[in-house]
Amino acid sequence: MKQYAYYPGCSLESLGKNYRISALAVSGELGVELKELEDWNCCGATAYFPVDELLAYTLVSRNLAIAEKTGLQDFVAPCSACYKNAYTTNKYLKSDPDLAEHINYALEEDNLQVEGKMKVRHLIEVFIEDVGFEEIKKKVAYPLKGLRVAPYYGCQIVRPRKDKEDVENPQFFEKLLSAIGAEPIEYASKARCCGGSLIITNRKAALDMVHKLLQDAVNSNANVIATTCPMCNVNLEVYQGQVNQEFGTDFSIPVMYFTQLMGMALGIEPKRIGVGASMLSLAQSIEK
Amino acid sequence: MAAELSFSKEIENIMYASHGKPIKDCIQCGTCSGSCPAVEFMDNSPREVIGMIGANLKEEVLATNTYWTCASCYQCSVRCPAGIDIADMMYALKRYSMWKGQYKEGLIGPDFSEAFVKMIVNSGRSFEPILAATYLPKYSARDIIREGLMATGLVLSGKMPLLPKKVKRLKNVQRMVRRIIPIGETK
Repeated sequence: MKQYAYYPGCSLESLGKNYRISALAVSGELGVELKELEDWNCCGATAYFPVDELLAYTLVSRNLAIAEKTGLQDFVAPCSACYKNAYTTNKYLKSDPDLAEHINYALEEDNLQVEGKMKVRHLIEVFIEDVGFEEIKKKVAYPLKGLRVAPYYGCQIVRPRKDKEDVENPQFFEKLLSAIGAEPIEYASKARCCGGSLIITNRKAALDMVHKLLQDAVNSNANVIATTCPMCNVNLEVYQGQVNQEFGTDFSIPVMYFTQLMGMALGIEPKRIGVGASMLSLAQSIEK
Repeated sequence: MAAELSFSKEIENIMYASHGKPIKDCIQCGTCSGSCPAVEFMDNSPREVIGMIGANLKEEVLATNTYWTCASCYQCSVRCPAGIDIADMMYALKRYSMWKGQYKEGLIGPDFSEAFVKMIVNSGRSFEPILAATYLPKYSARDIIREGLMATGLVLSGKMPLLPKKVKRLKNVQRMVRRIIPIGETK
């Protein structure tokens, strides 16, 4: 089993509980061993950068430094915001020796040093690139046949990571959904923003963004929206009620983490992937 | 006497690690504004703000809600034909406005960011209920009730824990932070 330095991030310890358990269950099933970093700290999401840029990179670097100490090669984050922060910080550590020197001066206080040598990855990349579609297909016990899934990429898993993927029309999520037997639907908003922390700082704007996304997925006859980030998941799932109140809609589309859908296809028992209530709403959504 | 820095240079100077092109390379094409999912909630579109920076309209830029309405989705950054990292520029403008202590009245963003950083300095981890105290006072009564009901539901369904977690080597983290920015006494 290949080992990975695993950075769960704060959201997985609170609102993203179903993501936490399903990520671990599916990883176990696919031979991906996630070793949680010791004593990691918050990555800052989008809230450090408005205060101090160097501080933001330093706090992210502490996690990278802890990961480097493990001797493992990959730093894996399941949250798109954690992923983006770790990915860009790691890149800057390598390309900007001056920045790295400032950061390392601060890290001395925790007996840490950082080089920027981790390979920073989102959990979905590990499944796709290291395990591979073929291997996943082989392990599927219950193909999600006929399930129309709207793959929701959100932002920070594809942007600003310009060098790697087609940022306008990525396809890897669709391919993963096909590998577990589901039917990925095409819809224009798949990489439009869910509003992120605007749900707190500018509720009106965020609800409008969520509303457009939900409408687009529903218009495309999706049975369920699949997410790769706890923030997206919360905005699309928990705030559906408020969207309905504001816009007079009657959305009740289930929102699930990609790991939960994978878990269902792999035949992992529902409680280990946090699908109980979601299963019920999924059934209702398919009946419609 | 040293020449006064242009506003666009001032902003570029606080985009420390950004690898984007200088703001003055903007050709005012409007791709950023057309790509922005939050533009209709902004006082000025991203294109306008860049134009305002170029024209040294400092007070006007400090008074706009534009950068506090940016969700950091990077759609503008990846599409900008001039190669400017506009989302990063929005962060720089947030820092500039925090640093000047000057921003449009009624915004939640500045308080939220400040509270977030304080929370990390005090515990090392983020935890939603602590943050609620920073924005709830600015919500309407209806929204506070709505928020309360939702939070109760999340706690009851086991999705929201009642106690935050902390980093173990918190003292070290706090000393680390002090090497970057001066912070006062921590709890």
